[in-house]
Amino acid sequence: MDGSNKLSGAKQASRRQFLIDMAKTACGIGLLGGGLSLYAKQAGALPPLAIRPPGALAEPDFQGACIRCGLCVRDCPYNILELAKPEQRVATGTPYFVARNLPCEMCEDIPCVKACPTGALDHALTDIYKSKMGLAVLVDHETCLNFLGLRCDVCYRICPSIDKAITLEPLHNLRTGKHAMFLPTVHSDQCTGCGKCEKACVLEEAAIKVYPIKLAKGELGHHYRLGWEEKKKAGKSLIDTQNIIDLPARMPEPEDGK
Amino acid sequence: MNARAIGAEAAVEKGWFGSHKWLILRRISQLAILALFMLGPLAGLWFVKGNLAYSLTLSILPLTDPYVLLQSLLTGHIPEKLGLIGAAIVLAFYFLVGGRVYCSWVCPVNLVTDGAAWMRGRLGIKGGAHLSRNLRYWVLAMTLMVAGVGGTIAWELINPVSMLHRGLIFGLGTAWAVVLAVFLLDLFVSQKAWCGHLCPAGAFYSLLGKWSQLRVSAVKRDACNDCMDCFAVCPEPQVIRPALKGAKQNIGPVILSPNCTNCGRCIDVCSKDVFRFGLRSRNKAG
Repeated sequence: MDGSNKLSGAKQASRRQFLIDMAKTACGIGLLGGGLSLYAKQAGALPPLAIRPPGALAEPDFQGACIRCGLCVRDCPYNILELAKPEQRVATGTPYFVARNLPCEMCEDIPCVKACPTGALDHALTDIYKSKMGLAVLVDHETCLNFLGLRCDVCYRICPSIDKAITLEPLHNLRTGKHAMFLPTVHSDQCTGCGKCEKACVLEEAAIKVYPIKLAKGELGHHYRLGWEEKKKAGKSLIDTQNIIDLPARMPEPEDGK
Repeated sequence: MNARAIGAEAAVEKGWFGSHKWLILRRISQLAILALFMLGPLAGLWFVKGNLAYSLTLSILPLTDPYVLLQSLLTGHIPEKLGLIGAAIVLAFYFLVGGRVYCSWVCPVNLVTDGAAWMRGRLGIKGGAHLSRNLRYWVLAMTLMVAGVGGTIAWELINPVSMLHRGLIFGLGTAWAVVLAVFLLDLFVSQKAWCGHLCPAGAFYSLLGKWSQLRVSAVKRDACNDCMDCFAVCPEPQVIRPALKGAKQNIGPVILSPNCTNCGRCIDVCSKDVFRFGLRSRNKAG
């Protein structure tokens, strides 16, 4: 207390000026930081058609881990990846590809992941068939040629995991009454999201598209149990079939015929 | 134009090359580094892959920008070993030669802002908005905080430095507009605004070079004839005074401020050869 009283007027004025300057700067920079944070929040949303390279961390983590060096772009032998430019809707400088232009060729040695110096592309991914770049979805049942009853099958044929990630499921064609439809069906546990099916789709606009898994996949309530799966696991029916109370199918006939 | 151009006296004394030696070396350094990065995409000669954020030279030497890696660390991500080794090499190098050597000998934006400063002189533009030299440390703190709180390297979304370098190598897109904005800012709004007042990378590297061994020293400060050319040419003129004029206050001749970029322009423009590169330890007053 005494010390501050002893301050000369000039000193007090300069201290006041110092505090005002500090407040000015702090507010200005704070506003800039706030604006930048909001912009970063916006830029955090990846457009659905932009696909990250194999092994990419989940999007928010990826944008904290990727330092935008472009080594993955350089080591991709097929030149599929590119770094986002400022005007694109992908976070500036981060790598992505668009399947309909050029899909991932699924190199066995995954050079893009090996090149990443930060682990934004997770080095734990050593089997390209385990990558989850996205999930193919047959979005349009109205234009898909196989749904129209033709045998296009191109997405099925081109799939690197043919008969695993995409199968053809035969179904009776109700329109003709005598033919079968072979419906391309994607299995999420096998699909890597490479996008070859989307690239190969013969339509003007692909009927099958790779989407981020979050958009493409549903999720059952965690309490759901599939009876047939549980039966397989237990080796027998979980219901005690011996002592089950079997109600009569209809009301018993009156005995005395009243 | 000025009545007397900066360094005119030195040009008479030492010849044109003598008075532009360090400037020429610096331009060679800046352009050679850029050329090494661009030889890959332009000519298919992959001596260096990547950009200033991270590069791999001859498939063996990793170099990581410690500033962008620090932001990544603050988001909570631990990088791979190669990224960390690269950062350690860069940290050690700039710790010894002076952090802001990055600004004047490597950074491509230096060419842009030096161009703006040159044009400012040619057009006789004076004054402009006043910015504090300390503003850059605030910007630095802000970028680190935004990374820590938001969990993404937000500064990289708008950083003109990485945008220009990455753009030249991987495709510019509209990054040219951001670079033009920096040029116009320096030309019209405020003198040396970007590199001398705002750039958080420069602020980071200045802190890194706080104890650097390589420094400019006013060894022959007794010969100074107060022509003021060194102050006029220096991108951070506030760093010169203590060393050049500190003899009476018993301050040594070495420029100790970490904001000195070791560009060597003061050495070039001095007709009396007051300055030269030296070691931090050779700092006895008198």
